Amino acid sequence: MADSHTPTPRPEPVHLRRSPAHDMRAAMEQACTAGPHRVALREIPFVAQLGIRAVPGEEAAARIERVVGVTLPAAVGTTSGDPDGLHCVWIGPDEFLTIDVSRTHVQGEAEAAAAVLDDDRPGAGRTAGQVVDLSGNRTVLELTGPSARAVLEKGCHVDLHPREFPVGCAVSTLVGPVPMIVHRAHEETFRLLPRSSFAQYTVRWLCDAMLEFRALSA
Amino acid sequence: MTAHRLTGYRVDPDLSPGHGIDRDAGITVTVDGASVPAFTGDSIASALIASGRLGCGPSIHMSRPRGILAAGVEEPNALLRIEARTPGAPSESMLPATTVDAVDGLSAHWLQGMGVLDPAGDDAYYDRKYVHTDVLVVGAGPAGIAAAREASKTGARTVLLDEQSAPGGSLLSGRDETIDDTEAVAWACAALDRLTAQPDFTYMRRTTAIGSYDANYVVAVERSAADVAAPASAGVARARIWHIRAKRVVLATGAHERPLVFADNDRPGIMLAGAVRTYLNRYAAAAGQRIVLATTNDSVYALLEDLHTAGIAVPVVVDSRPEPSDRARAALEATGARGVFGAAVVGTSANGQADASDTGGTADRGRVTAVSFASVDGSGRPAGAVETVPADTLAVSGGHSPVLHLHTQRQGRTRWDEAFAGFVPEAPVSGQSVVGSANGAVSLGTALEQGAHAGHAAAAETGARGPLVVPTASASAPGPVHPLWLIASPGAPAGPHGPTAPRAPADSEAPTTAQPLAGNGTPALAPEHWASHFVDLQRDQTVADVLRAVGAGMRSVEHIKRYTSISTANDQGKTSSVNAMGVIASLLEDADPASVGTSTNRPPYTPVAFAALAGRRRGDLYEPARVTNIQPWHVAHGAEFEDVGQWKRPRYFPRAGEDMDAAVLRECAAVRTSVGFQDASTLGKIEIRGADAPEFLNRIYTNGFKKLAVGKGRYGLMCGADGMLFDDGVTMRLAEDRFLMTTTTGGAAGVLDWLEEWHQTEWPDMDVLFTSVTEQWNTIAVAGPRSRDVIATIAPDIDVANESFGFMEFRETQLSNGIPARICRISFSGELAFEVNVPTFYGLAAWELVDDTGQEFGITPYGTETMHVLRAEKGLVIIGQDTDGTVTPQDAGMGWAVSKLKDFVGKRSFQRTDTARPDRKHFVGVLPVDGVTRLDEGAQLIAAGTPVTPEAGPVPMIGHVTSSYLSAELGRPFGLALVENGFNRMGEIVRSPVGGTLVDVEITSSVFIDPEGKRRDG
Repeated sequence: MADSHTPTPRPEPVHLRRSPAHDMRAAMEQACTAGPHRVALREIPFVAQLGIRAVPGEEAAARIERVVGVTLPAAVGTTSGDPDGLHCVWIGPDEFLTIDVSRTHVQGEAEAAAAVLDDDRPGAGRTAGQVVDLSGNRTVLELTGPSARAVLEKGCHVDLHPREFPVGCAVSTLVGPVPMIVHRAHEETFRLLPRSSFAQYTVRWLCDAMLEFRALSA
Repeated sequence: MTAHRLTGYRVDPDLSPGHGIDRDAGITVTVDGASVPAFTGDSIASALIASGRLGCGPSIHMSRPRGILAAGVEEPNALLRIEARTPGAPSESMLPATTVDAVDGLSAHWLQGMGVLDPAGDDAYYDRKYVHTDVLVVGAGPAGIAAAREASKTGARTVLLDEQSAPGGSLLSGRDETIDDTEAVAWACAALDRLTAQPDFTYMRRTTAIGSYDANYVVAVERSAADVAAPASAGVARARIWHIRAKRVVLATGAHERPLVFADNDRPGIMLAGAVRTYLNRYAAAAGQRIVLATTNDSVYALLEDLHTAGIAVPVVVDSRPEPSDRARAALEATGARGVFGAAVVGTSANGQADASDTGGTADRGRVTAVSFASVDGSGRPAGAVETVPADTLAVSGGHSPVLHLHTQRQGRTRWDEAFAGFVPEAPVSGQSVVGSANGAVSLGTALEQGAHAGHAAAAETGARGPLVVPTASASAPGPVHPLWLIASPGAPAGPHGPTAPRAPADSEAPTTAQPLAGNGTPALAPEHWASHFVDLQRDQTVADVLRAVGAGMRSVEHIKRYTSISTANDQGKTSSVNAMGVIASLLEDADPASVGTSTNRPPYTPVAFAALAGRRRGDLYEPARVTNIQPWHVAHGAEFEDVGQWKRPRYFPRAGEDMDAAVLRECAAVRTSVGFQDASTLGKIEIRGADAPEFLNRIYTNGFKKLAVGKGRYGLMCGADGMLFDDGVTMRLAEDRFLMTTTTGGAAGVLDWLEEWHQTEWPDMDVLFTSVTEQWNTIAVAGPRSRDVIATIAPDIDVANESFGFMEFRETQLSNGIPARICRISFSGELAFEVNVPTFYGLAAWELVDDTGQEFGITPYGTETMHVLRAEKGLVIIGQDTDGTVTPQDAGMGWAVSKLKDFVGKRSFQRTDTARPDRKHFVGVLPVDGVTRLDEGAQLIAAGTPVTPEAGPVPMIGHVTSSYLSAELGRPFGLALVENGFNRMGEIVRSPVGGTLVDVEITSSVFIDPEGKRRDG
């Protein structure tokens, strides 16, 4: 690039960040219910997410797994890693999404990880593959409680019975009319990852579906 | 029981089990203004019958008096409008009184066959659920419960659906039956109690399976208990649509009884025998005090015994069979009732002998007062003396029709079972079984056996195993059935024949009566003698109507149904369909009803409210609205929004008193004279990496991308294989092997698929990968001569001077508040312009920074409408607005962006004769000559002098207007168009219709401003 001067980087102004479901926080709090039918919804904002294109077993995958710190999952519907920390969702045979719900995104981390593919040390060299910052591409919504599955069953065609969709499963599907990733992190904890632009609608849809359990708890 | 005319009454507890009612819970409903006492558990129909109010609304076309016929969803006569049950709820029409639970305070009115949708709308809460199961059992009668029990105990996930509010099905209509030595209804309830304690068992009552689809996908409607008992709470669905995917399906859907077709067979008091028994035993409601039974089969003898026990007189049982069966003989002996065999009911007398003009009257208007019967000969003609007995009720059984809607919806075939005299499944649909009376089982023992085996096998087929236990009950051999399809009136000319089964072959024993068919194959019967023999009570269609259809040459039941409307009312012909086939077969002298075709059913089995099908997809949940992170600012600043795909994009930002035209003119002027900014985040963005990425892009875009320098961007065109424009956008080179492609807002997903398709199917060896990053970035377009000033302030680290930051270059930087950004010099207006890309989380903060910084220049937010005008003034095409899949880059005047040196997708199509011809429709400008008229988008263009009178039509068209706007810059309206041979028509005056008159339009270049491109650099 033409710029000759290299300004000193300023700290990232994280106080200016705004998450996709920011305006829906009050609605989410109001929709939560207590008691045996309880169900709760929250957004986990600014979660670090990386989009990965690599074929497991090949050089690029090995480098990415090493630098990111998670093994790519092997089959459709599966995840790898720690559901409460860094984990990875199978999107396609050579496409994956890593999610670290234990911390927020740091600007530049994706580019740093992607550099492993351009490793110019002797004996290494450039390899095919892709690592892209997707931390803002989807938001992470978390639906928890004994009624969480029943809420999702109002709009999700996938069989969510624990026998068919055990903890650790994640699929790309529709909930209501919204495409999203549905991940069962724990028995009664589902993470929903719609594209950011769908966040408001998704929260509105979920809050509506949760109403029934408030009525049951009342 | 002494009141005059009061015929129906509530039977004392010691005379009827009343399985379905709670005699301690008395309630009141109102029907047509009259208070009707009821018990919890009653249907409206049973409460009315117990109150001696059997009459309902008159028939739809003939206004004949009618009464309750049935006790379930098959009811054709007794249709109600239910008044709003809760404030704000709608009234509901066309509900059979036999299916509406009596609720205290409910008010209803009889309908005459037609309802009205409540114009107030329906704002009740409806929703849906998606569930999966190993075994789905439809119907909680004895066979269904046996199936569910055997399936569930293996551990298989089991769902049992039933339309009733209590389990038991046909058991609720009976008494004195036992299963496993337990009273049958108690057995059913106990079985369900045990099952519902299982973790993976679901029993849904008040739930009707309405549709059956491929791969055992069944849709059902559940009516909530809350709706029955109390106003629903928020979020508790009044009705819920269940979408059920089952590995195996067991249909235990029962059977519907058929009426008999004789003169005046529609009178109030003529009821299905099974319904009379249901009212008596389930609801302790006696339909009458003197009840004649007429039958073709054994089923009425259980009713005879129950009526006898309840102390209700049965003057005579009229049985079509020549000899009493063992069952008939035993029941007649036990009750002392008189049985007449080889006979049929040939007519009735009625209160006042009401005719069609009698529209007043009481609840008993037109009700049966006497029943006439006679021996019938082989042709169904009365052969002996007619005998008449007084009676207030006639209970008829013309046989039973298995409920196979869910079976035939799946293209399951049926066959006519001669012995059962009904259509039964030829074979179950793959992955399904049909059991109980739906499968032609007559005895309780057989139904239980079929159900248990089917449930056990269904579970086993899903891999779940357990011991098979078959509940035991009596399994007597069924007696013969002797169907009667047409029963002639005494004295009327004979029908072609009567009973059709058993029947001799047609050529060995021709009927001895008059020639049945005229020479041309049409029946010789006179319709006037058959005008009160009703086939379809809900449609008021008689044998006379069938005769007319057959006389018109129709033979197939599918044709005759449509000609007469038989079986097309909202009861879908549950009581009329098979009778119509029997009548047609008789008239045509065919062997059995199957010979005239079979009818297949379509969903839904019973009517469903549209509001229930819509569920939550209404109001602000109707369709997802995709919004950017900057959306709150747009809303706060009064934006009017436009739908672009699923995106909500600001169309313009009106100030007080402004309409769209005024706002857009103001926004355009701001961009042309100072600076404006737009949320362009919705543009598709695809990040591309790979050593072969330059070559890949070279093949996808019509113009060259291999030599694009790192740090620069280029506008590119994509064509389909047909050479037609498909998408466009700017792609930037981030590194040797990394690109960021932008696409149109609506085309983003399609372009990604397109790239993947070519990579995966044609060039899999290329090192190139794609990831959508559309939502990772927010994009803020800053446009206008003062845009450089704004960018210089918000991005202090970069040199924005023209000579150091050139057009189609980009810079990575931090904004003044620290937000990381990628700033590009791109223009979609012809003005000096920049695009500021920031991570989504920072979109709103970056937007506000631009807004604050631009205040000193009067920075103006603008929407998509202004963007459209600005690009149109510059002659820039919008794919999908100015193109329609038939426009090449050359047609759009962008031949400069089509490489002659390399190959690319679509290139070969340019050699097609038609694609290469020089007079295709071209993208041109259009200026209304008067300088003030705005053309209509989509309006046709015709050559000057073309006549437009109807006589001269069709009018030859030379093109159409694709875009049309007012221009602040030009001070006049202008437009863009696709015109035949347009590039060679510059200056030609053509015409276009505006508001009913033709206006003159000049063809011009599509570039209206700054053709030299001076403004681009500020």
